[in-house]
Parts: sequence; C-alpha cells; structure tokens
Amino acid sequence: MVITTPLKKHIINQLKAGDKVLITGIIYTARDAGHKRMIEQLAKGERIPFNIEESIIYYVGPSPAKPGEIIGSAGPTTSYRMDDYTPELLDLGLKGMIGKGNRHEKVIESMKKNGAVYFGAVGGAAALIASSIIKAKVIAYEELGTEALRELYVENFPAIVLIDQDGKNLYEEEKVKYRTYQAD
Amino acid sequence: MREVHVNDITQAVAKMCIATNVKISPDILEGLKKSQKLESSPIGIDILDQLLQNAEIAERKNMPICQDTGMAVVFVEIGQEVSISGGLLTDAINEGVRKGYEEGYLRKSIVEDPFFRVNTNDNTPAVIHYDIVGGDSLKISLSPKGFGSENMSRIYMLKPSDGIEGAKRVILETIDMAGPNACPPMVVGVGIGGTFEKAAILAKKALIRPIDQSSDITYVSNLEKELTKKANQLGIGPQGMGGRTTVLGINIETFPTHIAGLPVAINISCHVTRHMSVSL
Ligand code: SF4
Repeated sequence: MVITTPLKKHIINQLKAGDKVLITGIIYTARDAGHKRMIEQLAKGERIPFNIEESIIYYVGPSPAKPGEIIGSAGPTTSYRMDDYTPELLDLGLKGMIGKGNRHEKVIESMKKNGAVYFGAVGGAAALIASSIIKAKVIAYEELGTEALRELYVENFPAIVLIDQDGKNLYEEEKVKYRTYQAD
Repeated sequence: MREVHVNDITQAVAKMCIATNVKISPDILEGLKKSQKLESSPIGIDILDQLLQNAEIAERKNMPICQDTGMAVVFVEIGQEVSISGGLLTDAINEGVRKGYEEGYLRKSIVEDPFFRVNTNDNTPAVIHYDIVGGDSLKISLSPKGFGSENMSRIYMLKPSDGIEGAKRVILETIDMAGPNACPPMVVGVGIGGTFEKAAILAKKALIRPIDQSSDITYVSNLEKELTKKANQLGIGPQGMGGRTTVLGINIETFPTHIAGLPVAINISCHVTRHMSVSL
C-alpha cells in the first residue's frame, strides 16, 4: 500500500498489523537525545521545533553524508528507548513512528487512545533505506550531530505496520506461528 | 626486538574501521544466503532478501552497511619481542579510529560521559583489550559493535550445579528476550568460565571468530550446533517478524573458573557483525 504524509485519520483506519507500506512525503527524525530535548522544551512551555500534528517520527541517527550525497546510511534504531517520551508526543498529535523492536504497554495504550500507528523498517538495511530519502535538512539541535532533528522528504520508504491503532502486534502474531521450541 | 612504528598501526586501524563497516564479512554473507534457502516465513524471506540487497548497495556505493557504525572494540595480541616506536600504542589505535571514522564518513556514536552525554565527535575512545603473547608479531583485531544488539546482552553468575543445561537455558532465554530489538538474524558470542569480567571479554572475543568456524573443543562445538538449532526454533525470525532464521551462528569460548562459580556471558550481535584482523 502506498501512503502519504501527513498521516490522516482515513489512512490510519486502513492500516493493519502486517501491512507492507511505501511512505511518501515529509517525515521527521529524532532519537534519544532529540526526544529528551523536545520533552524538556515542552516542560518549559515552549513549542517543539516542528508541527507534530499528523506527523511521523523516524527513529534514526544517520551516518554522515558524503560530499554530493543527501544523507549517509539511515536505518532504524531500537524504539523502546523512546518509550518514556512517546505518550506525551502522541497526546500532541503524533500519528506515526518508524523504528524497530518492541514498545512498552503504555505506548501501545496511548496509540490506541490517540489512533496512531507504529511502523517497522528493516534494522540494518541502512544503505537500502537511504535510497528512498530524497531530501534531508537539519531543523533543530544541530549540535547533537547524528541525533539532531531532521526533516526528510522520502519517496516509497519501505516499512511494515508492526502495531496498528487497535494494538494488534505483528511480532506477537508471527512469532507463535514459527515457534517449535520446547525446553527439555 | 622487532620494531613497529605507530604510524603503521594507525593506518591499519583506520583501514579496518572503513573496510569492516562497508563490506559485509564473508562468513555473514554466506550465512544470510544459506538461511534464505531454509526460511519458510514469506516476510522473513523478503527481509533476508533486503539484507542481501543492502550489503550489495553498501559495497557498491562504499557506504556503511548499517548507520550504527558502532563503538570500536579492539583486541591486540602483542608479541613480547615487539617494540613500538614513535609513540604510544593506545594513542596510535585511537588515532586510527579517529581517522577511519572521519575519512570513511562513519557515524560518531560515542559520548564522553555516561550521564553527561556530549558526543566526542570522533568516535574515540576505542575499547581496547591487550594480550601479551610470545614471538615478534603484532596482531590487531577490530570489531565495531552496534548497540541495538549490545543492549540486549546479559551476564549470569550460575551455580556449578546448574551445569551445561543451566547454561543452555540462560543462553536461549537471552536470545528470546532480545527478540526484534537486536536486529535478528543475530550472531551470539558466549563466554563461559573465568570471572565476571573474563566471561564478558570471552563473549566479545567469540564474536570475532567467523561463524563458519566452530570451536576446537568437541563438546563446545557440539553445544554451538545444538544451541543454533534450538535458537532457530524460537520463532523470532528475521527482524523478529517470525521465521526460523533467528541466529546465523553462536560462538562459544570457555576458560577455567573457580570451584564456586559458573559465569555465563552472552553478547548479542546482529546480522552486520563486523570483524577483521591484521598482523603487522
Ligand atoms: S543492531 Fe546491528 S543491524 Fe541493528 S542497528 Fe545496531 S548495528 Fe545495525
């Protein structure tokens, strides 16, 4: 399925755990330090550096771009480290996250409450993913280097729905199908 | 005494930083290809295919396989008859890391303090383990280690009565808990015996051994095979999205230990497990 940002409600309503999607449009990048800074800004009553409503955040810290290139390698980082910060962002209108790995129950609850989706990108497929990034610019926290906030324009960014707005979880559903292990 | 100049060490380390990060290690490439034939999950097959494509793009475009180009872990075996000239060995290695990460456009992922997290901006310092050996050669092994998988590692101080079965249980439990967070298919390094820190270092060292090379000790090599088979029955699969390819390999190193103990360290690594050695 091809989807575009901003991530509108009617798109989210169609997305089910296990759906393969190609994302086109603007997405934002933030990881550990970027999230910490955003939450600190919010605590001080300030606005975060981009319009979070109907947006997607991609958890990534890219490698540096070579001269003439848009970005370096740019695969997902493990999402659970952002879990403490995520519900607050979902309450502000964040609708999608791209990362890898499990999420905390409180994030899933908040996703259900707010109608948001968690997408997975293939961890370590960083050079392949970079080829779907058409534009990249740092929009805040430049001093954080790889952890700075970036605005990306992506075309056909490959992802899969890991957890949908009903809380259905692809990891849990698929793992049991292939589990034959019995402790002896 | 044979003399080795620090400049040669710096050059060699810089080269290995770049080479390990852009070119997939041959044992891992073989492992991915083999597992693709055995995988039955459609999502899993597709992911393995993307990983192979990714490795090909990275090499062709001379860019990192994974954006997490790791913390540089270095094992040095220095012969007693080697003398280092022109400066300090540790400085030369760190200089090599600095140079390699800069010139290779690799990501700088190191912060100078665990709590006051300011990036050092050159990916130093490296974590360096020294071993003094006989002879006059200097062997340097480099393994840039990504932290998605590193964070899923565990150490257990088992009782002697837990025995081999206890060790198997905690190894599989650790792999099961790591799940999708560690970018499966994983490579797992296990260190058994020694002390608390010795087991951890052995586990890291186990990750430097190619996965197609099993242990020289018969029972250990059998254990590696058995655990690989069992880990692949956990159902985790490529990226944790289900399947039989959960690990590409499990390497185990052992060491004598104390009458009261059975340390087991499990160092989780991923499908871009990077390692390379050079002798100077
Ligand atoms: S765990 Fe490995 S493949 Fe995954 S992001 Fe880290 S270094 Fe890359």
